[in-house]
Amino acid sequence: MTTDNSTIATGDEPPAQERVSREGATGNSRWPLYIAIIAIFVLFWVFGAINGKSTTTMLNLTVEGIMLGGILALGSVGLTLVYGVLKFSNFAHGDMMTIGAFVAFALMQVLPGYEAIGSFSFGWGLLLAMILAAPVVAALSLGVDFALFRPLRRRGASVVLLTMASLAAMFFLRSIIYLIWGADYHFYYQGRANPAMQLPFGITIQADKLFILVLALLMVGLVWVLLERTRMGKAMRATANNPDLAQVRGINTERVIQWTWIIAGSLAALGGVMYGLASQVRPEMGFVLLLPLFAGTILGGIGSPVGAFIGAMIIGVAFQLSSAFIDPTYGPGVAFMLMILVLIVRPMGLFTMGGD
Amino acid sequence: MDSAQLARGSFFILPLFLLGLMVIPGSRLVKVVLSIIAAFVITWLLATSLNAGVFTYVASFSTMAMIYAILSLGLNSQWGMSGHVNFGIAAFFSIGAFTSALVTTTMPEGVLASYSAQAFGLGMPYLVGILVAGIVSAILGWLVAIPVLRLRADFLAIATLGIAEIIRLIFQNERWLANGPQPLRGIPQPWLCLVKQPNCSWEPQWLVDWLSPLGARDYSFVNFLIVAVLLAVIYLLLERISNSPWGRMQRAIRDEEQSAAMSGKAVTYFRIQSFVIGSFIMGVGGAIYASYMVAIDYSHFLPLYATFIIWVMLMLGGSGNNKGAILGAFVIWFVWTGTETMIDWLAPALRLISDDLPSRGAYLRWMLVAVMLGAIVLFRPQGILKERKRVSDFMPRAKAGK
Repeated sequence: MTTDNSTIATGDEPPAQERVSREGATGNSRWPLYIAIIAIFVLFWVFGAINGKSTTTMLNLTVEGIMLGGILALGSVGLTLVYGVLKFSNFAHGDMMTIGAFVAFALMQVLPGYEAIGSFSFGWGLLLAMILAAPVVAALSLGVDFALFRPLRRRGASVVLLTMASLAAMFFLRSIIYLIWGADYHFYYQGRANPAMQLPFGITIQADKLFILVLALLMVGLVWVLLERTRMGKAMRATANNPDLAQVRGINTERVIQWTWIIAGSLAALGGVMYGLASQVRPEMGFVLLLPLFAGTILGGIGSPVGAFIGAMIIGVAFQLSSAFIDPTYGPGVAFMLMILVLIVRPMGLFTMGGD
Repeated sequence: MDSAQLARGSFFILPLFLLGLMVIPGSRLVKVVLSIIAAFVITWLLATSLNAGVFTYVASFSTMAMIYAILSLGLNSQWGMSGHVNFGIAAFFSIGAFTSALVTTTMPEGVLASYSAQAFGLGMPYLVGILVAGIVSAILGWLVAIPVLRLRADFLAIATLGIAEIIRLIFQNERWLANGPQPLRGIPQPWLCLVKQPNCSWEPQWLVDWLSPLGARDYSFVNFLIVAVLLAVIYLLLERISNSPWGRMQRAIRDEEQSAAMSGKAVTYFRIQSFVIGSFIMGVGGAIYASYMVAIDYSHFLPLYATFIIWVMLMLGGSGNNKGAILGAFVIWFVWTGTETMIDWLAPALRLISDDLPSRGAYLRWMLVAVMLGAIVLFRPQGILKERKRVSDFMPRAKAGK
């Protein structure tokens, strides 16, 4: 059914009003899209060169993009899991990341370990706070699921209603953040220097960002192992493929859904903390990330964690590289253009073969 | 009896009459007679019981609610009638607002030109601005619809949200276009001359005398009347088309696309049509908003305030029901603005929880909106006013009711 083993297929029967799959028009080959994406990156480099940017600058932007991709990956892997198992676009995912960042911020105030470790700018306290924030966000998303999504699921509500419910969840989470922490910006480490390290080829990178990338890789690896090597992972893939059949075969799909929320919520918390570390903690941070998250998820093929990781990388790099030749504020715009392009040309993304 | 209050009240008669026609049941004659009576009685009550400040607030509150109602009607002709999940309302709203601003303002001159830039300024009348705004927005809708409408519901939502963000980024960054990150100021207000010297050239003497107690700060009443009439026109047009064979076909395509296609309907073409009509209305809403605000900038068109809140309005009022769209806009806008007062009442209680909570109380309205949206989705997905399932206006209700 899929080329990539770790893919959760979105094998839902298309509802009556859904448009006919475009697969016939574009063929099953993914190569044109790969080539198009590589071509876009080459073009970006060329544009950068025309604008007088040196290779070192471009290389640095690429590395920055990969680091941004790491943050996005932590969000989009969770998003893609939720999509795969629950079959709707969760607009509240960005705000789950924000909540994670703020919970960690609150915990840090009471935890020890403020001093920086090595060349990182953060101390043990932040790591501990992050690990403790993960279950909080997981519990919160379980609560939202229990109150909102589960009743809708039982009723067999339409995708649009579930999407609307996720909007409600988004407003709700945002209002909690505003009510508890207000609209101010916060920093995990106010005014702490974060010097960049020198790497070969003139690449300069902050140690923190390397940590983010490693964390993202580790987490995606964990999710992959979970999906591939555990019973729960198998049950998840089965539920994603065909919930009714999974139930008939004795899989407790509600439990599978709970685990999906736990994983997605925990990853969102980690992503939020990392984004807060790389920039600052503010109530709108998650919403700013939401569309790039969707972009990465769609690019990678909805339901595929590995795809989501690579999609997030592509979006991150495109975001940063584009700043070499156009106003950096258009960065998100470039990412969205890429996303819309993929949606139109190949809505099933890079790493799934579409419905089976 | 204060003549100024009566003059203010006179702007309420026509809108209230139109509202009466909309909500009062019964035969045409009964409707008209009751509406006229109700309009005069309510106007008299408002004018005598409210002081000038509250009265102005009512007018300006209703104007904004009606602008939202227009946007919500536009969304209804996309989502309610045809099932397009457009999360990019902000795109059409902002295009309409900026287009009409550019069409109706004049190019800045002298000192002003050094700190205010815009691509062009035609100085055209208000109605031309509205029409051009609608047309430009419809063209954008058409361009967007061709590639994007074939996507499934939630992908359409994400794609349109992305498009709206791109358009907002353009208005934010391109200074030459509409003054970039700075607000575009001085958007003309139609018929300002009714309440401000010198009087309008076309104004008959009796009207000049009647409105003489009013000053420029009573302009909200003039705008209220204009927006009410525009809303009524849009509502009537939409009711006509949604009861026409064309509207029936749109619902058929929404509910049973394959059957509609099998009945020989060019599904894609008709889906694009309804999207374009909705975009036109949203553009008109934007144009009206621009002159209501006088100064606009990109920050007015963030997804939260320019897209999602309109979705909540329509979902609450009733998807597929034009009356519901208007009702939802008023209810949500009331909740949104009314929370301020509520927070003041609740301040002592909030202070018990935390000292600085009252200062953040304004954010309670997000929670309120979230709870309302959640409740609609869970308990009444069809909204307050259900969609009227009628095959034909000439068929008795009982038969068509099923």
